[in-house]
Amino acid sequence: MYYFDNSATTKIDKEVLDEMMPYLTEKFGNASTIYSLGIESRTAILNGREKVAKALGCSSKEIYFTSSGTESDNWALKGVAFANKDKGKHIITTAIEHHAILHTCEYLEKQGFEITYLPVKENGIIDIEVLKKEIREDTILISIMTANNEIGSIQPIAEIGKIAKEKGIYFHTDAVQAVGNMNIDVNESNIDLLSFSGHKINGPKGIGVLYIREGVNIDNLLHGGGQERRKRASTENVASIVGIGKAVEIATKNIGKKSEYLINLREKCIKGILDKIPDTIVNGDREKRLPGNVNVCFKYIEGESLLLHLDKLGICASSGSACTSGELNPSHVLLAIGLPHEIAHGSLRISIGKNNTEEEIDYILSVLPDIVQKLRDMSPLYIKNK
Amino acid sequence: MENYSEKVMDHFMNPRNVGEIKDANGIGEVGNPRCGDIMKMYIKVKNNKIEDVKFLTFGCGAAVATSSMITELIKGKTLEEALDISNRQVAEALNGLPPVKMHCSNLAEQAVKAAIEDYKKKNEK
Repeated sequence: MYYFDNSATTKIDKEVLDEMMPYLTEKFGNASTIYSLGIESRTAILNGREKVAKALGCSSKEIYFTSSGTESDNWALKGVAFANKDKGKHIITTAIEHHAILHTCEYLEKQGFEITYLPVKENGIIDIEVLKKEIREDTILISIMTANNEIGSIQPIAEIGKIAKEKGIYFHTDAVQAVGNMNIDVNESNIDLLSFSGHKINGPKGIGVLYIREGVNIDNLLHGGGQERRKRASTENVASIVGIGKAVEIATKNIGKKSEYLINLREKCIKGILDKIPDTIVNGDREKRLPGNVNVCFKYIEGESLLLHLDKLGICASSGSACTSGELNPSHVLLAIGLPHEIAHGSLRISIGKNNTEEEIDYILSVLPDIVQKLRDMSPLYIKNK
Repeated sequence: MENYSEKVMDHFMNPRNVGEIKDANGIGEVGNPRCGDIMKMYIKVKNNKIEDVKFLTFGCGAAVATSSMITELIKGKTLEEALDISNRQVAEALNGLPPVKMHCSNLAEQAVKAAIEDYKKKNEK
């Protein structure tokens, strides 16, 4: 199998699984109990929290474990919105956020909040001047993703953080794709809230993190027991906390070397595609881009067809075509960067991870041109334009 | 997302009757590039029978498979028989389609109807 969908999820590292195993088996104690078995679990959570805090450059008491990146995003937005609604009801985000943000914003609109969706430039990056103009007296929160999951574009989060701080507005960033792929320091970038998840960094699924800067006014999302310093009720998922701690430790160690490795593979892949397949567009910024992200559109063909052919050859990849999401429109991200519908339908995302090799890139490059040509040869759009 | 049947995958991977018919006497094109699928159906009619049929399709796996299947279903049939074939029959012949893909079989049926209409219009006189 050739796995090129590392932005969707990643394979868990053996080292991570090994550290988790005792907490899935004999060390099963509830961390809220006073006996030794419970203390072991508490200690494990403490260690996990410290590892995450170290990776983000914050204090461990600012780290809260959740069930996913989606929950972290929901908590950040709803929690800040409801706790600060007397200050204002305006939130700024972007048109290219993950649905965990966009659909939460739609919900907040129904609750009476006003949301501004910043457009992005053709390269998938916001215009800082536009952000400045959209800030109002009643703006309480800016939520802008660090890096985009589809086209890999990286936003100027340090600049955004500076502006937010000057204006006294909370700044949340969805860093699900960014953590482990680029250096992030919540203090340097003036980030007040940050979301990420375990399974994107070769850790387990079902675990996420919300970093909340000390002093941020935020309501709870989950109510119940007193876990997570009374901010997030639910019996702690000890094994996964251990897992995300280990995964983030591995992912942030040697981040420079790892990203250099991924960038090499990415550039080889993009160059190879452009050399071999005419009528191809590269989506997203060529420089300010996640190290492992390749996203291209092949004109005249449709993405799902492409994925089915790739799957037959054992290649896992993804597309922003409507047919792969069960929706009528192609990806909102591809439309936001200005692609016409018919071109957006022909997108292919190859997200490279640390387990991929140069030989695997060679393989995909060796089979992709024939598949694209086969589909083009049966496409009325291609025949018309030929 | 629901899986495709083996039959759908067979028709997708090895589509029957792909291409154009240069001397087609009926051509139907339906769909919209905005929605991600276009089907173009070419028919060669002789003595009220569909002697040959070919298609070109821009679209997903189901769009290709339904195009391919409907060409098999109408080849050699009279125009009346071909007009009788419903999208449900196309889907059944493929051992079913995921619910979200049913519109693809609709498109295949429409493409055939458009091609026959085009033939009839050209041969009215």
